[in-house]
Amino acid sequence: MSRLKKLFEVQQHRVLNVYCTAGYPQLNSTLLVMKSLQENGANIIEIGMPYSDPLADGEVIQVSSHIALENGMTIEVLFDQLSKMRETIHIPVVLMGYMNPILQYGFDQFCKKAKEVGVDGLILPDLPLYEFEHLYGKAIKENELDFIFLVTPETPTERLQKLDSLSSGFLYAVSSSATTGTDKDFSKVATYLQKLQSAGLKNPFLVGFGIKDKASFDAVSAYSNGAIIGSAYINALSKGDNVETITKQFLNSVLN
Amino acid sequence: MSVFNTTTNYQKPSSEGYYGDFGGAYIPEMLYENVETLKVQYLQIMEEPAFKAEVAALLKDYVGRPTPLFLAERLSKEIGATIYLKREDLCHTGAHKINNTIGQIILAQRLGKTKIIAETGAGQHGVATATVCALKGMECVVYMGEKDIERQAPNVARMKMLGAKVVPAKSGSKTLKDATNEAIRAWINEPNETHYIIGSVVGPHPYPDMVARFQSVISEEVRKQLYEKTGSELPTHVVACVGGGSNAAGAFYHFLNEPTVELIAVEAAGHGVHSGMSAATTQLGTPGILHGSKSILMQTKDGQVVEPHSISAGLDYPGIGPLHAFLYESKRGTFMSATDEEALESAFHISKIEGIIPALETAHAFSVLPKMGLKPTDVVVVCLSGRGDKDLDTYMKFIKD
Repeated sequence: MSRLKKLFEVQQHRVLNVYCTAGYPQLNSTLLVMKSLQENGANIIEIGMPYSDPLADGEVIQVSSHIALENGMTIEVLFDQLSKMRETIHIPVVLMGYMNPILQYGFDQFCKKAKEVGVDGLILPDLPLYEFEHLYGKAIKENELDFIFLVTPETPTERLQKLDSLSSGFLYAVSSSATTGTDKDFSKVATYLQKLQSAGLKNPFLVGFGIKDKASFDAVSAYSNGAIIGSAYINALSKGDNVETITKQFLNSVLN
Repeated sequence: MSVFNTTTNYQKPSSEGYYGDFGGAYIPEMLYENVETLKVQYLQIMEEPAFKAEVAALLKDYVGRPTPLFLAERLSKEIGATIYLKREDLCHTGAHKINNTIGQIILAQRLGKTKIIAETGAGQHGVATATVCALKGMECVVYMGEKDIERQAPNVARMKMLGAKVVPAKSGSKTLKDATNEAIRAWINEPNETHYIIGSVVGPHPYPDMVARFQSVISEEVRKQLYEKTGSELPTHVVACVGGGSNAAGAFYHFLNEPTVELIAVEAAGHGVHSGMSAATTQLGTPGILHGSKSILMQTKDGQVVEPHSISAGLDYPGIGPLHAFLYESKRGTFMSATDEEALESAFHISKIEGIIPALETAHAFSVLPKMGLKPTDVVVVCLSGRGDKDLDTYMKFIKD
């Protein structure tokens, strides 16, 4: 059974997935960030593979991606850094990224290597449904990786069901159509999340985009299985040098 | 990759927008509804007689179409072949870009949209978009690279005068690629009321096909005009510059399935193809995904997009439309390139011998004529995609007293 599946079997509420860009703030921060997240209460770690043209991301993650690339982060370097992660990291780890760098690395090879180092799932926002079904889904499944599709308030019901049926691990519910790191009115989001809750989905769902503190985490957790925080954590990391202290303070402020 | 329908009809991508292996719609879910609506409706709307009539009327009375096909006698004599210039520079706003924006603004109205966003490189597409927004009373926001805002100041002023808001793209190379990223992000943030008018044959399906169709009026006219002048609808060669490739797509369109017509696409080589300061995508690029479609793009071995260079802002783009990638791969098209210096020389030369100051982008197309090995019996159509007024700042630096 996948680590994600196990996680949601024991915890259905307030599951917290925290995103960080690989190679940020320093090239070799990746594992330290992951350990700090695990120690301080994150349930899932999402590692972003930096790309020069991240279409779905707002300014904060654009900047962290740029810095990570300047630091020398590549998919190859990342797999090197993750090669021994399972000696210390026991919570689920998912990789998030854009298709182009993965295609250059080789899609099949990427999936194989991800499995080998102990990655549990993939979030690839610009891999469309059609291409997933016809071309890329096979390698993902063969390597027993969970694939997490995004759904939005504009996703039609029929498509929602289809994306749910092809996803495993969890579904990524985008709080409203926007790039990452945009402020939200969570009273409006609630209606959408209640709709998702009653949609009879086979997967649990986590809410992302605009979740930045305890108030927003509490607000969406009331109508979901939990949330994904990205830009707010990157922002916190950008304001100091000590990854461990910052992560502890940040997660404390969100969870307690 | 053979799962995608490989069509030999170059005018018709597959239902999912593939030309061979190139195309598709690699977009985040946040854009799905908008792009899907377009995909389902664009052909239907474009085929409506009322839509066609509205577009045709504006192209005639507002844009000034048909644009002339001009026999360039001095140039022909010099090159040793018959050279015709398709005068897109005479379109309202000074370039072919308005052919597409006229079509898309009416389409946006049919889709019930109230706000228009666009990206622009040289500013020609931005001006063409701002123009049709003024015409139709729509709100208009144009994203433009900070570096391009500097080098294309007259077009920035024109857009503002036309009532558009110009937003500088400050990320990456601060040019067309980044302006496109910003426009796509803006679209993600307000998808319902907004239509994104992409200016080239790039982006997710159906944009490459839709823009090619709106620009195809160029070659539709060329066929008729050439018949009137020579008794044959078909030239031996069509030459056009390529950044993303909209004027080339329009100039090639009605010749794509005519195997006797050679299609010459001219890319910007910047300081030289292998100088590290170039935008010659097919020479330097590899298959990849940028701005929502699979095509050929300039990138590192790790799949990071490389910042291109060209003296002309309109060609300063690291990718190329999927149709052109397919023309390149299938060898239906011949891809050549011209350096900054060659383009400048051509711009000055054409001005002096034909009395036409071409845009820097267009000047690249002229640069390859002497290298094509043309014969006296050849009949060549060069797409004169835009006029050079916007480039006067650059040209003035090189004027010799």
